[in-house]
Amino acid sequence: MADTNRVNQSTAEATSPPLWLLAELTYRCPLQCAYCSNPLAFTRYQNELDSEAWFSVLRQARAMGAAQLGFSGGEPLIRQDLEALVSEARKLGFYTNLLTSGVGLTAQRVDALAAAGLDHIQISLQAADPELAQALAGSAKAHANKLAMAKAVKAAGYPMVLNVVLHRHNIDQIGELIALCDELGADAVELANCQYYGWAFLNRQALMPTREQLVRAEAETNRWRETLAARGRDMSLLFVVPDYFEQAPKACMGGWGSIFMTVAPDGAVLPCHSARELPMAFPNVKETSLQDIWYQSDAFNRFRGTQWMPTLCQQCDERDKDHGGCRCQAYLLTGDINATDPVCQHSPQHGLLESLIAENAQSPLDQATLIPRNARQSQQLQTKQLQSQGGSAEPSPRQTPELIYRQ
Amino acid sequence: MAQQDIYQLRRGWRLQWEAIQGCHVILYPEGMVKLSTTAGAILEQVDGHQSVADIIATLQRRYPGAETLADDVVQFIDEARANGWLAAKEVHCG
Repeated sequence: MADTNRVNQSTAEATSPPLWLLAELTYRCPLQCAYCSNPLAFTRYQNELDSEAWFSVLRQARAMGAAQLGFSGGEPLIRQDLEALVSEARKLGFYTNLLTSGVGLTAQRVDALAAAGLDHIQISLQAADPELAQALAGSAKAHANKLAMAKAVKAAGYPMVLNVVLHRHNIDQIGELIALCDELGADAVELANCQYYGWAFLNRQALMPTREQLVRAEAETNRWRETLAARGRDMSLLFVVPDYFEQAPKACMGGWGSIFMTVAPDGAVLPCHSARELPMAFPNVKETSLQDIWYQSDAFNRFRGTQWMPTLCQQCDERDKDHGGCRCQAYLLTGDINATDPVCQHSPQHGLLESLIAENAQSPLDQATLIPRNARQSQQLQTKQLQSQGGSAEPSPRQTPELIYRQ
Repeated sequence: MAQQDIYQLRRGWRLQWEAIQGCHVILYPEGMVKLSTTAGAILEQVDGHQSVADIIATLQRRYPGAETLADDVVQFIDEARANGWLAAKEVHCG
């Protein structure tokens, strides 16, 4: 007992304060993107924190040292108290970012958010044209509204970062996507291939690009960088490849419980927004203070430091830089939450990724079907999971997808 | 960069003192950089009113013993411009 206490204390002393808070205000969303990072079982968590509870979360996190704040979801604009939350956050001294699809945004709301003190709005685009955007997000009107709102955001004087999630269905449009962002006046563009968590893991086969697609897209991005520089246009392009194609794992979230925390719509506190799918329990702000959760909880202490690591990672010079890679990726790919992230070339399971990429290159684009992220699919997936836990030979979700996109 | 040039923080970029970390930070869309004491002291003066020469004079009054101060200020403002933190309020040719 005495020993345990001492270990806990030394962990607490070594733990630095959180710098980033991601406030996932709701899992509700008008769109149905098949690469959504929300948990598959999002309909299970319908008990959203109310305004007062969020005010308390903001005050606690700020007092602990968090300075960057993202309002996310789901679609955060669905919350009618968003302006009040922004206002409180800004008063507390947070730098406030709104991460939105743009659906539900109006010019009036852009102004109201600016008046509340919002520092930055990031809008995500699904595709360069309305047809593909509709097929991917399940909304006919969203694309035109996004473009109008991007212009309104720029007109209101905000620095504008546009975000495009790339995958095999839209990555060949990368030139058109960059041209569109240029036309909209973006200051920066994130061209981020989706990573395979949550719904994107479920839809991995239908989302994963081929190696050739990635090479072409990166070359096109580089050509655009030269074109923009030659024009004196200051619009930075960030291109992110899927982890599966890498040889070294990312330092996920800068390390587990190191600088970042997510508060989910129901008050669960997570070291990243995907962690909810790990087979472990997470504390909730309804029961425990953020301070105790960050410094004392088993969940946040579990993968801090190097003690938990497999021998392979403990003996590696990179252990303090990549922290063994991503826990969610390790678990989703190997079933072992403690494993070395298979993205690492030294992982005994690295070959699995090579096989997945090779196998996927064989499946033609027009065969790729996407399961939309919506409440009905979420409930069906939960039912199937219960049935399979009961021992019935239910087919996996992938074998009965609903076709929403076929080129 | 000329001595009479005037800079301010770029729109959407914010300088802030963080008591918990005991340092100034610069905050911007989805990012944050912790600043050294020197960098924080210089950036506090980059206010859209003082020229580079004014900033050097202000800091020289505050830190009379700092011998390389003028060079430090010029070097840091150059770096801050290269990082995209600053906007030119009034820039002179030559």
